[in-house]
Amino acid sequence: MGRFIVRRVIQMVLVMFAVSVLTFLIFNVIPNSDPAVRMSGRQASESTIEAIREEWGFNDSLPQQYITTMEKVITGDLKSQFTQLSVGKEIVKGLPRTFSLAIGAALLWMFVAICFGLYSAVKAGKFADRFLTIIALIGISMPVFWIGALANYYLGFKLGWFPNGGYVEFTEDPIDWFYHLILPWTVLAILFIGFYSRVLRSNVLDTINEDYVRTARAKGLGERQIMIRHVLRNSMIPIVTLWGLDFGAVLGGGAILTETVFDLQGVGQYTAEAIGQLDVPPVLAVTMFSAFFIVLLNAVVDILYAYLDPRIRLQ
Amino acid sequence: MSVEATEPRADDGAPGDAAPLVEVEHLKVFFGIKQGILVEREVARVHAVNDVTFSVDEGETLGLVGESGCGKTTLSRAIMRLIDSTEGSLRFRGEDVTKAGRRQMQPLRREMQMVFQDPFASLNPRKRVGQIIGMPLRLHGSDRQGVEPQVRELLDKVGLHPEHVNRYPHEFSGGQRQRIGVARALALEPRLIVLDEPVSALDVSVQAQIINLLDDLQDQFKLTYLFVAHDLSVVRHVSDRIAVMYLGKLMEVSPAEELYTKPIHPYTSALLAAIPIPDPRENRRRERLVVSGEPPNPINPPSGCVFHPRCPRATQVCREEEPPLVRYPNGHLAACHHPLNVSDAEIRDAARDPSSPVSAGDSLPGTTADAA
Amino acid sequence: MADALLSVEDLRVSFATEEGVVEAVDGVSFDLAAGEVLAVVGESGSGKSVTAMTLMGLTRSPNARFEGTAQYKGTELIGASEDELRRVRGAEIAMIFQDPMTSLNPVQRIGKQIVEQIQEHEGLPDQQARERTVELLERVGIPRARERVDNYPHEFSGGMRQRVMIALALSCNPSVLIADEPTTALDVTIQAQILQRMRDLREETGAAVILVTHDLGVVADIADRIAVMYAGRIVEEGTLDQIFYDPQHPYTWGLLGSITRVDKPRPARLPAIAGLPPSLANRPQGCHFRPRCPHEFSECSKVPPLEAHVQGNPEHRDRCWLSVDEKLAKREVLPGEIGLASKEHAPA
Ligand SMILES: Nc1ncnc2c1ncn2[C@@H]1O[C@H](COP(=O)(O)OP(=O)(O)OP(=O)(O)O)[C@@H](O)[C@H]1O
Ligand SMILES: Nc1ncnc2c1ncn2[C@@H]1O[C@H](COP(=O)(O)OP(=O)(O)OP(=O)(O)O)[C@@H](O)[C@H]1O
Ligand code: SF4
Ligand SMILES: [Mg+2]
Ligand SMILES: [Mg+2]
Repeated sequence: MGRFIVRRVIQMVLVMFAVSVLTFLIFNVIPNSDPAVRMSGRQASESTIEAIREEWGFNDSLPQQYITTMEKVITGDLKSQFTQLSVGKEIVKGLPRTFSLAIGAALLWMFVAICFGLYSAVKAGKFADRFLTIIALIGISMPVFWIGALANYYLGFKLGWFPNGGYVEFTEDPIDWFYHLILPWTVLAILFIGFYSRVLRSNVLDTINEDYVRTARAKGLGERQIMIRHVLRNSMIPIVTLWGLDFGAVLGGGAILTETVFDLQGVGQYTAEAIGQLDVPPVLAVTMFSAFFIVLLNAVVDILYAYLDPRIRLQ
Repeated sequence: MSVEATEPRADDGAPGDAAPLVEVEHLKVFFGIKQGILVEREVARVHAVNDVTFSVDEGETLGLVGESGCGKTTLSRAIMRLIDSTEGSLRFRGEDVTKAGRRQMQPLRREMQMVFQDPFASLNPRKRVGQIIGMPLRLHGSDRQGVEPQVRELLDKVGLHPEHVNRYPHEFSGGQRQRIGVARALALEPRLIVLDEPVSALDVSVQAQIINLLDDLQDQFKLTYLFVAHDLSVVRHVSDRIAVMYLGKLMEVSPAEELYTKPIHPYTSALLAAIPIPDPRENRRRERLVVSGEPPNPINPPSGCVFHPRCPRATQVCREEEPPLVRYPNGHLAACHHPLNVSDAEIRDAARDPSSPVSAGDSLPGTTADAA
Repeated sequence: MADALLSVEDLRVSFATEEGVVEAVDGVSFDLAAGEVLAVVGESGSGKSVTAMTLMGLTRSPNARFEGTAQYKGTELIGASEDELRRVRGAEIAMIFQDPMTSLNPVQRIGKQIVEQIQEHEGLPDQQARERTVELLERVGIPRARERVDNYPHEFSGGMRQRVMIALALSCNPSVLIADEPTTALDVTIQAQILQRMRDLREETGAAVILVTHDLGVVADIADRIAVMYAGRIVEEGTLDQIFYDPQHPYTWGLLGSITRVDKPRPARLPAIAGLPPSLANRPQGCHFRPRCPHEFSECSKVPPLEAHVQGNPEHRDRCWLSVDEKLAKREVLPGEIGLASKEHAPA
């Protein structure tokens, strides 16, 4: 197991390197125009462009350019062409917000999806199952910005039950923090709950028909023990992969819509704004940043997977 | 046995003798097991097929028997060129196909077909029977209208109702599904059909029906079969010759009937003894000879004779020297230092067969000091 | 039988399916005495597994209907509550399944899987349960059992896994062991080892065994009595020798006739019973074997009862309308050889 983890971590570093090279190529080399011009935004003066060319070393060899770019990305020494604010600082500012959103939503959707999925599977074909199926389908098909906007408008603005968007630091006031996040968590989780509970339901139904579950029953175990010890663990294995990937994506700023609707000012919202303005340095940084989380969570998932399924550890 | 000359080989000896349809020479298929922290390196190799030499004549059925994991499927797939071999050579009708790519294999694909072990998993559940059987025809250029009557004819040939073209596989029983698999293989009028455990998943009474069907089809279309099975009771009725495999190597190759009356290799004899006899009185009389243990790991095959850890006759020489395939009368080959059922005279006249593995020694039975 | 350990009376299991009602088990009755091995043989789909599973309450389909009774030491098993069944399962009646590769939980250590059952029924502390598990594994022939209790199933070969299944089944000293095709998935040499082990264990533990199989070789090797099933019914029941040497039902003749033996010269053509078993939802009236039986006559459109016909052998029962004399005459296809005549050439 230890070996497996070490291997997985090293692999992760290698993948990160590959991703960084790819990102560098996509941003700086492949587009067939002067990167300095693109980077300096519309209507930049000749001297600004020249300064940028100098700063990013666009006259150097490609490997040298790569090193300069990555240095900037890693140290956060990048500036937005529009606001002139430090990209690093902005991301660091957005990070706790995005993280708060991601962790809460991910736990919520996992927990609720397990309950729904399991219950649905146990009651397969019965009324409760059909009811949950419909709920899940509605959840899957409702666009996030739409329910987000609705919830924000009615529950937040009209009724005043919840704050109308915004974010409060955890360190400032944990209760207010929680209070502000209830809606975003729920809205973001709804989509995933629908999806995950369906996947889990079908996994559980497949697992229930496995021979070893029949063996467990023939041993005289009770239904609860069978479900928890023999069915759930095996059904969870595929879900864990999904969960890791989705969690990584949200952490990396993937919940753009939710963040924007609730004005959380997280990394996702920052990304959206940067893309909207064709602001190259932040987009470059955020791309690397999300890639990092996705790769990281991927590795975590693999390790978790190996823990859950001993057959994996062999390879 | 009808033999059609295609490309006579000079070194073949007997005049008028055609090249065999399939020739396998010193074939090895290893699977690498990779491991490593930074760069994956090969730490071990599964010796799935380990220096196997044999040939199948046109119109002949060669039965290939061995226990689970001995490399039968790997060997069949290598012959079908579905996987690459590690070493050795492979000829189809005299043509070297060891390294044949898609282009070279394309025309030959028509002539070699495979029927798979599991009649439940090998048919696409979402396709109708007509589509399944028609697929190879379509791939090889028949048009849609042309296919349907051909499919009906094929269904009829394998003993299914032609009206069933529009059914799905799940609407058939296991035996019927295996017939569909056979019909699919027959579609392109192949020369060679490799049957990988075609009846293992079926009921005994259905097994008999399928085997009889294969027998009839062979007579009708002059087919050549490589018939893979894991026990000796099944292959007997279809085979002209039987090859017994253990841990990637051939232990014995014999004319079919002779294998049952005169098994030379202790492993073959153990396989025969392990088949329970469906006759209670005979059973009570019979002395039970159960070989202990299980086949060893093909990653690390035993030294010398690969069967020695389980063999009741094993001695020092078996542990040290790999026995060559020795040729006894009737073209009966066996790789054993202490053969059964052969007379001293037969041992004296025996010779090392060229199909022996390269790593095998030269000493023939009876020439070493320690007797069993 | 008064001393029967398990007594099944007119057991019926039917499933409501799209194609209609499938009578998978259609009036099965038998008794199992302590310590005996009863083999249940028959073609695929004849209802062997459903019968076996139903006794343990493991036929879990919302579309299933059960009728009849199965008394185990005076306890009714059919329709028993889940709690009652749990006390029986594993402790009184244990089961071994066909496929050793899938019958063990792949993500749980094998020792744990056995300990779990011991603790469920006997509430032993961890250490004792583990000791017992090691002992059991040794008894079924797993070398270095103490080191291997903590392995996962994928670290075992098929034969080893089936041994683990046997150890699991024996762990609470059950009085009845139901083995559903325990060796079908195994190689012949491993099968021989497992059968040997089962014979030994049977001597040691005295458990009665219901052995479900379609391999008459295995039956001849280990059974005391045989029940032959065809399309949901027992068509013949008797001792090992009665069934092999004095079979009364044409299906049994066909079964015996289609046996091939590696110790005898090979026949020119494999004898097979022509035709297919009847479709489940649409079984023929009367005797289920009628469409494939060369000897059928007008009487066969009524269901034949399972009765003793042979003089002086009350425990040898069969479901066929032919008289004993007719049977004697018709079952010899060749002098001294029992088999089923082919349908076209059947004597009128
Ligand atoms: N792709 C692979 N990678 C690594 N090992 C493999 C691979 N395919 C097969 N093997 C190994 O090669 C050996 C031979 O396998 P093969 O499937 O040919 O056996 P077989 O004789 O067909 O057995 P069975 O009766 O179980 O089908 C086995 O030990 C198997 O585990
Ligand atoms: N849950 C179910 N719903 C509908 N039909 C069923 C169900 N379970 C079993 N059957 C049917 O009942 C019949 C008897 O099945 P059973 O598994 O007992 O056969 P078997 O004699 O054990 O055959 P095999 O040798 O293939 O194991 C089968 O035809 C099967 O299709
Ligand atoms: S060579 Fe030796 S070990 Fe191998 S089969 Fe013959 S007697 Fe047995
Ligand atoms: Mg195989
Ligand atoms: Mg069954």
